[in-house]
Order: sequence, then C-alpha cells, then structure tokens
Amino acid sequence: MSTEATVDFDDALTRYEPALGFEVHVELNTKTKMFSDAPNEFGDEANTNVTPVDLGLPGTLPVVNGKAIEYSIKLGLALNCSIAESCRFARKNYFYPDNPKNFQTSQYDEPIAFDGYLDIELDSGRVIRVEIERAHMEEDAGKLTHLGGATGRIQGASASLVDYNRAGVPLVEIVTKPILGVGADAPELGRKYVAAVRDIVKALDVSDARMERGNVRCDANVSLAPIGAEKLGTRSETKNVNSLRSIERAVRYEIERHAAILDAGGSVVQETRHWHEDTRTTSSGRPKSDADDYRYFPEPDLVPVVTSRERVEEIRATLPELPAARRTRLKADWGFSDEEFRDVVNAGLDEALEATVTAGATPAAARKWWMGEISRLAKDGEVEPTELGILPADVVEVEGLIGEKKINDKIAKQVLQFVAAGEGRPAAIVEARSLAVVSDDGPLLAAIEDAMAGAPDVVEKIKAGKVAAIGALIGPVMKATRGQADAGRVRELVLEKLGVQG
Amino acid sequence: MSAISREDVAHLAELAHIAMLDAELDRMAGELDAIVDAIASVSQVAGEDVPATSHPIPLTNVFREDVVGATLTQEEALLNAPDAEDGRFKVPAILEED
Amino acid sequence: MTDIITLSASALAEKLRAGELTSVEAVQAHLDRIAAVDDAEHGVHAFLHVNAEEALAVAAEVDAIRAAGGAEAAALHPLAGVPIAVKDLIVTKGQPTTAGSRMLEGWMSPYDATVIEKIRAAKLPILGKTNLDEFAQGSSTEHSAFGNTRNPWDLTRIPGGSGGGSAAAVAAFEAPLALGTDTGGSIRQPGAVTGTVGAKPTYGAVSRYGAIAMASSLDQIGPVARTVLDSALLQELIGGHDPRDSTSLPETVPALADAARQGAAGDLSGVRVGVIKELQGEGYEAGVQARFDESLELLKARGAQIVEVSCPHFQYALAAYYLIMPSEMSSNLAKFDGVRYGNRVLPTDGNVTIERVMGATRAAGFGDEVKRRIILGTYALSAGYYDAYYGSAQKVRTLIQRDFAAAFERADVLISPTAPTVAFELGAKLDDPLAMYLNDVATIPANLAGVPGISVPGGLSDGLPVGIQFLAPAREDARMYRAAAALEAALEEEWGHPLLADAQDLEQAVAAAKEGAK
Repeated sequence: MSTEATVDFDDALTRYEPALGFEVHVELNTKTKMFSDAPNEFGDEANTNVTPVDLGLPGTLPVVNGKAIEYSIKLGLALNCSIAESCRFARKNYFYPDNPKNFQTSQYDEPIAFDGYLDIELDSGRVIRVEIERAHMEEDAGKLTHLGGATGRIQGASASLVDYNRAGVPLVEIVTKPILGVGADAPELGRKYVAAVRDIVKALDVSDARMERGNVRCDANVSLAPIGAEKLGTRSETKNVNSLRSIERAVRYEIERHAAILDAGGSVVQETRHWHEDTRTTSSGRPKSDADDYRYFPEPDLVPVVTSRERVEEIRATLPELPAARRTRLKADWGFSDEEFRDVVNAGLDEALEATVTAGATPAAARKWWMGEISRLAKDGEVEPTELGILPADVVEVEGLIGEKKINDKIAKQVLQFVAAGEGRPAAIVEARSLAVVSDDGPLLAAIEDAMAGAPDVVEKIKAGKVAAIGALIGPVMKATRGQADAGRVRELVLEKLGVQG
Repeated sequence: MSAISREDVAHLAELAHIAMLDAELDRMAGELDAIVDAIASVSQVAGEDVPATSHPIPLTNVFREDVVGATLTQEEALLNAPDAEDGRFKVPAILEED
Repeated sequence: MTDIITLSASALAEKLRAGELTSVEAVQAHLDRIAAVDDAEHGVHAFLHVNAEEALAVAAEVDAIRAAGGAEAAALHPLAGVPIAVKDLIVTKGQPTTAGSRMLEGWMSPYDATVIEKIRAAKLPILGKTNLDEFAQGSSTEHSAFGNTRNPWDLTRIPGGSGGGSAAAVAAFEAPLALGTDTGGSIRQPGAVTGTVGAKPTYGAVSRYGAIAMASSLDQIGPVARTVLDSALLQELIGGHDPRDSTSLPETVPALADAARQGAAGDLSGVRVGVIKELQGEGYEAGVQARFDESLELLKARGAQIVEVSCPHFQYALAAYYLIMPSEMSSNLAKFDGVRYGNRVLPTDGNVTIERVMGATRAAGFGDEVKRRIILGTYALSAGYYDAYYGSAQKVRTLIQRDFAAAFERADVLISPTAPTVAFELGAKLDDPLAMYLNDVATIPANLAGVPGISVPGGLSDGLPVGIQFLAPAREDARMYRAAAALEAALEEEWGHPLLADAQDLEQAVAAAKEGAK
C-alpha cells in the first residue's frame, strides 16, 4: 500500500482554507422497512428478514411505511427545515450486488425536508451555523461479506456473499451546504456536527443512533482552496467513517493530504476515498462506473407524498425538547459559567448531571462528583463515567450522608469507588465497612488532645489567633481516626477547647 | 446525420450491463438511429408550460402501517439462487482497485 | 370439437352450477383440446406450460364441494370450476414463470400474484401459462425465446402480441378465459387479430402485484375471453384495491357484468359514441376501415349518436410511448442480473468478476428486442438527454390526457379500429422494428392516459378478424362494457353466430401442417 504525502495540519492552514460538506445517513428505527413489511432488525440469521419485495423478485412492488414518513418529517423539523408540501420518490439507477433491484428508491429533486440549519458550539465557544441543504428518504442496501481476500476486505476477494436482511431499511440522508470559513476548526466541527445530528435523532427516538452499528453514518467531503481564492477547490469524499473520532481524524488527514498535493503543484482528484481506522489514512476507492449517470426519474410505482401545513404542526407538537434547547435551559437553571457548562457537555455528562439534579442534588454537587471523582475513576478504569455503575441516586445519597456529617469528602470518594466495584449503594457500604465518621466526641477529643500534645507550637499559633493553623492538627486526627473524623467537627472542638473564636 | 452513434451504444450497453459484441453494437446503432429519429419530434411538441405526467391516475399519500408481515424463510429466499453459501447469495469477485 | 369447449365461460359456469357438467369433465375437455391443437412446432403453441395435475385437482375439489351441497356450495364463486389460462408474465407458485425469456427459464416464483390469489380463492383451475413476446416486448409474440404462437385462423400468421398466447388459446377453444397484460395494446391487439375479446382496465383497477413489470405507469392486467360478458365477469373477479400495489385504485370494482348485460339488451339511445378522427383512414387497411364503418352503422341503428372528435396530439403518442416505455422498462429489467435468481451465465474469457457475470448473463438471457429497448430506455434517461426525451414524453402524455378529456366532453365512449391491419404473416415485420411498433398506434393512447379500452370482434377482412376498440374515461369501465356488449350483440345478430364459428377446423389444420412439414 502506498503512503501518500501529507503536510502538517497547522502548516497547511497557513496557506489553505478548507471547505467541508457532510452527508449523514440515519437509519430509522421503525419496526418495518421503508417499502416492505419485513422486520427492521439487527443480528438475525442471514436472509430471514426479507419479503419478495426486498429481494427484488420479479413482479413485486414497494409500499411506503407511513411511520417512516412521520419520522422523516420530525427529523426535518428538528433540523429547522421546511417540509415539502408535495414530494415524490425517484429511482437512482446503478448496478451492485447489494442492490436488489439494481436501482435504489430514493428522492432526487423533491426531498421531503430542505433549507435547514444546526448551530454547532465548539470547545472554544465559537458557534458555527451549519446550513442543511436537504434531508431526504431512501432505502438501505444489503450487506456484503467478502471471501478469500485479506481480512475480509474487498480487494483480492475471490467471491462475496450477500445478505439482504438490511436491504430496504429506511434511511434519511442529511446533506449540508458547503461549510466555509471554518479554518483550523474543521476537524472538530465535523465531529461535533455529526454528534449533534446523532443526539437529535436519539432525542427524537427515530433511530437507535449507535454509530458502531451503522445507525448513523457519515461521508465527509473536504476541499482546499488557497486563502483568499474565490473558487472552491476540488473535493474528495471519504466514506466508511464509523465513529466521531474517525470523522475528526479523516477531515484532518484529508486536509493534510490535499495540501501536499496542492503544494506540489498537482490537482486533487475528485473521487471517493475509504477511511482506514488502523492506519488513520484514506485510500482511493474505485469510482463506480455508473457514478456519473444515475438516470434519475420519478418512481412510477409510488405516488406523491403530500403534507399539509396542519400535519406539519401536528408533528411539530410531538417533538420532544431538542438537545440545543435543553442545553440552553440547563445552563440557565444550573447557573454554571460558560466554560463550566461546556466542560460538562464536552465530557458527555450533561444527562447524568440532569438526572442527578432531578434526583435531588444541587447542580454544583452533581458537577463536583461527576466531573471530579467519578470521571477520575472512569479514566483509571478506561470506561465512560456513566458506565461505572454509579447512579445519580448514589450521588444524591453520598451528598446526603455528607450533609448528615456521617461521612466526609474523603470517605465519600472511597465510598464511590466501592459503589463502582459493585458493592452496593452508598449508605449500605458505609454501614458494612464501618466507614462512618466518628460522631462521638469522646474518641475525637482523645485524638485531638494527642495531636495537640504532639504539636505545641501549632497550639500556640492557634491561641495567637492564627486559626488557619488548625489544619496542621486535622491531619494527625484523621490518621488517628482512620479518616473517619469530620474535619468540621474537629475544628469546632479545637476552637472550643482552646477558647478561640473561629 | 446519426442521432445515436456506435460509441453511444457501447457506453449505454456498459451502463445497462449487457455485454455486446462489435457486430451487435454496429447493428443496434443502426436500428436505434432510425428509432431515435422517429421519436425525436417529441421534444418539440410540448411547451414549457405543460407539466409532465408521471402517474396517469392521480393518487397521493398511499401508506402502510408499521406492522411486521410475513417473511420468506431463508430456504425460500435462496430457492432460485444461482449460487449460495452460508445462507447468503454468492457472487464472484466484485472488482475494486487497490 | 366437443361442445364443452365452445361454451362461453358464463355458459359453462351455468352448466356446472346446474350439475349438467362436472369441472373435471370441463378441464379434461380443454386439456384434450390443448393436446390436439397446441403442438409447438406446427400447432397453435399457445401454452409454454400445461398445468394438468393441479388443474384437475382444483376441478375435483370444486366438484366435491358442489356435490356436498350446503352453505359451502352456495358460497362458491360464480366462475368456480371454469378453467383459465394465464399469460406467463404473471407469477404463479407451483409452475414456472418465464416471461417468455431465457433469463427466467424454469424460474419458480415463491409467491402468487394478487390476481392469482383471487383466482385460486374463487377456485378457477389454472390450465397453464401462455406464450408471449419476451418480457411483454412486442406485437406478434415472435420475440418469445421459446418459439412462435400461431394464429388459429391461419397458422402462418401472427396471433398478435405481446399476449398472443392467451388470445390464441381462447380463440382456439383451448381455454374459455385467460389473463393478459396490456402496456401498449398487448391484450387488445391480439384480441383484434384473433377474433376474441380483450380488455385493458382503467390503470390501477387491477393490481399489478405479481405482474412482472414492463412499464410501471402503463401496465395493467386484464381479461381475455370470447364474449364481452365473460370479460366483464373476469375483470370483476380480478379487480379491486390491493394494499400491496400503491397505484391501485381505492374504489371497489364497479358492476361490469351488469353493464355488459345492459348493453347486450340493445338500446343505446342517449349514448354518444365519439369517432377519433386521427385513429382511422390513412394507414388503416381498407378491410379494417370497412368493418369499422359498418360497426358505426350498427351502433347508430341501436340508438347511439355518432360524433366525430379530434385528438390532435395522438399523432405523437407512438413516439411518447416509445420513450416512456423503454425508459421505465430499462430500469425494471435491471434486477435481472443473475445474482438472486435467473440463469446466471459466466463469461468464457477473461476474469470472472460480478460485473462481467452480469454482462454475460444479460447478454445471454435477453433477446434482441429486449436489448434494443433497454438501450433505448437507458439513452432516454441519461444525463443530458432526459429533458429532451423522457421529460418531453411525459409532457406529451399530459397533452394526450387533455385530448381525451376534451373528447369525453363531447362523447360518452370513443371508438376506433383496434389495429390498423389484420394478422400479418409470421416473419413479415421482424426486420423492421419501426413497422412492428405501428401495430399499436391505436391502442397506445389509452395506456398513456390510463383510460380503459376493450377490443371486440368486428368481422372479417380477407378471412381474418378485425377488432373494434371502445375507450371510456378513467374509472368508467362499465361504460365501455355496455357499448361493447351492444355492438357484439348487434354483430352476432347480423352474422347469426359468434365470429369464431367461422374459424377453420383447427385440428385438421394442425394435422395438415404437421403432414406438410414431413
């Protein structure tokens, strides 16, 4: 495999301006397929979720899934699109073994939704408005597996096997208008845009939205033009980008690759490329021979879809709170700073925080624990914070125990570790492991007296009014009580004992 | 004046995935030329303002409920398969460049 | 010829109901007739597959139900036990569906077409599958991959197409009923040249689910029979809304048989019959024109008011059709690639890739006419040509619909000769595709507009049948059945018998043909 030349990203951006375009395919989670009543299911035995329609048997005809129309309109509205008053399906004609009729029933010049946008907020706080050209309905193809080649790849394969279980699954394809003026933010924008789409379809519950399962797929278009140029450069389209991280990397790589070509005085080939996660590079794909001429014409076997404005409003009324609106609301409710809030969102913990606040914690406490100890534990365990097994209710319980002065912060951290280890809920753990802070003043006083005896100079400082010096006594007391002393109480007792105001 | 050339026919045959011999391409180009000449008048008939009719009888919004129906068994699906393996349709190598 | 096979379907149904005949006797009589006259080399060769065992089993089942009497017998469909032939373009479980093509030779469909489900539910025994031009492309059945069908009136002549097999089977008394498909005249034109009745329902009136698609916006399944009443009864059975066909009309089937009976009773006063100026005269054989003019006189005599209407855009109908039809058909036939079904052919030279297998499979599986139309259709849809060709043709279609609408302001039904000529000789037009296409000049407009049409025998010219076509507005199939039945009754009154009684002794003719070939 040839390694293509690349230019360092930052260097490239001193000379070139990237332009982006994304085509995101969303698999709808309707019960049945787009044009047949076969089950829309995953993982079943090959060719068992097919009807004669899905195999493209002679004489079969498509019938539109009404639910898919509803979901598509919902998605269009969530993308701030206009919904077509009337639209038709069209045939996209090309030959491929995963294509049972050798044409795909799709939409061509009459998409169901068009002219929308999404505002994407980057880590830096910069907001970019991604304009959406259209969202249209179409059907998915079957799945090919390749035999005989290297690692199941198509190159060098001697034969291929086709499973039509997924052929006909409803798809909505979302196409952006060219995204300009993003500069070095291009890779991040790619990732965040697709993440935003994913979050929307998940909130709408129109898709399972699992990228690793191909429920949301992205083709990334990248082109470069010299800074200040009027015309856009030639674009390449990268397919097979299966995760948010890959999108970011692929956009970055393509910018670097295009820059190398342009620096050398060459021209970028307009082509489809494939992303390889293992090498983090793209490679040239063979352009399909029919690619330039799909011979689109209106699908004669289906009739137009007419959507009244009343129907649009009916559907709009069923929209749940969308991620952007929700984030605005939470930010206001929680009172975090912009940066604090963004950190929470970027860590993917906004949902966890919301659940925790709903369960009874303060926003500040929720943030402290999720962004603090829980995130730390997650990082150590190489999992997501929400995958540790710590529930929002646990955080509330921990805060409660602290409030009751049953435990202190340090013990609380331990407790959370034990919760993550599967030992049960916080209160029960504190009980079982006798972690409760010593509440009886007796042992505390004993420990305090020991500490004071061992640090007479500290005692003098405190008496002299340097109350902060109490800190030096807390350590030994904690040690003596195995951390089960409430620091606040210790402080109180010391002050009391020494007759000093705190 | 030929409306449709042999090269045109060769390209179309490729798009339509029908292998054709040279002699066939020649003959077909001649036949089609005559036909295309005869039907070319169509483009002059209707003015800009005439809408296209793609469905003779206007119907709209024909939908079905999102309810699972009967499926074929794997055996039925593969009944007429020219070649199959592992419950899947088998096809020879799909050509892709490296 | 035994009397059983000359019975019309409704007459046969009556005898079955009355217990004068059993369905097994009826089916057997037709199977015997098929054996006697359907020889592939020299006979009619209407059938590609004869379904004797299953047909007799269904017949026996009907007989048993009738014999047992009671509620089940009373609930039997009026046509139960009456045998029927099916054009081999309509999928049937249990017997092959070839579409007249090598591509699907031996193909066994795992599902039944909707119309077949209805026929089975009504318990009509299916005699077998009839011959057709490959994938319904043609006007003479000469493009079948499995040999010609011959016109029972003259075995050296074509039976029409693409549904020559169904029309010939009915004309040869091999079946009282048959199913066909009509995209540009494929039911009506064979009806005209074989002296039988063939109807194309309003687009959407009969489900297309299970009819191998040719041109999706033009295709309709329709009845083939010897009488207008039989045709109406069959269309009532197979028609109606089908949720599996999105273009299927939502309405219930109108009372077509009643309309036919009403027409047969004779009085057409108040009915305006519009003669389409553009569909007669030049290009139409003298004998055809003469029979047509005579039919007009008969209709007048029965009280009809004859008016002349002009449909000026009909002159472009052929061109529009030969753009729309190949375009849709080229896309519909793309699925035949040897991947999932069909006769896969491997390339003999070079590497075996799926691309080349598809190319070789389609080269071997499709005949010349099909390939011609696929290329033409691919061309008409291709980038840069769409507007001039396919796009323009769809506009001409609008103009043709408007012509019909204007004509139907002035007339209740329209009338024309069904075809410009009588049956021509086998081989006469094979070298001239354009000449072949002209056979459909009178039938095509109805498909483009979606309106219903029917052909009834109008007499003979030089000993060969002439067909008269009636057209009605969309959804007004009852109107055309009434007018057609009225003409049929008037003509049979003139002749003293149905036209087919004048046909040659087929058994003798076939025997002679076999002899002559020795």
